[in-house]
Amino acid sequence: MIRVQAEDFDIGDEIDRLTSGRRHIGGVATFLGLVRDMAKGKPVSAMTLEHFPGMTEKELARIEAEAQARWPLDASLIIHRYGRLEPGDRIVFVATASAHREAAFESCMFLVDYLKTQAPFWKLEEGEAGAGWVEARESDDLARARWETDSGLAKRVGPA
Amino acid sequence: MKLLYFAWVRQRIGLAEEEVTPPASVATVGELVEWLKGRGPGYAAAFANPTAIKAAVNQEFARPDRRLAAGDEVALFPPMTGG
Repeated sequence: MIRVQAEDFDIGDEIDRLTSGRRHIGGVATFLGLVRDMAKGKPVSAMTLEHFPGMTEKELARIEAEAQARWPLDASLIIHRYGRLEPGDRIVFVATASAHREAAFESCMFLVDYLKTQAPFWKLEEGEAGAGWVEARESDDLARARWETDSGLAKRVGPA
Repeated sequence: MKLLYFAWVRQRIGLAEEEVTPPASVATVGELVEWLKGRGPGYAAAFANPTAIKAAVNQEFARPDRRLAAGDEVALFPPMTGG
């Protein structure tokens, strides 16, 4: 399931909903992303996430479908917030549920690596020197690229 | 043709979206970006380095050689920073 929203969320409630009635699930792996108060050694007072409504949901759904195709998942959830957030605020939540832990762990990491670089979000950070757009990091591209060796995924999912 | 701009592309141009009718010589995404550069200083600043620009045509990622049709919606934006 995909949710793109301005509102905060409760991860306990989300995990309960994801697993409710699905007795085949043996494990849930989760990732919760938070706004940091520092970036490149400088204080960050707030961050505004901009996105491309419509395309964001399509890309996240496509990434989720890829995870469902590659691992035996019983359920999955991606929540990504947009708008202005402050240090400590929740930004993103990924949960993957499977009968066994390997599929849950691996697919959760895959989804996080993909949405960092493939979902149309942009971060504007506010700090002491004003506001600036966060630059894409090569390490994030490399993290994503490690999942592309098995299946020609780059051709099907990747941008130009 | 409808154009959408995001993040610093939107800021430098000063518009989130606009309708344009490029000349017939503009056949691809890359040629559209080159043509847009000439529309004013904001555009020139936004597209000074075309390799830093990503594109989506009708909400699908598109490379610079992607051919365009009259009714396409083209989004132009910097590399994405989600998560």
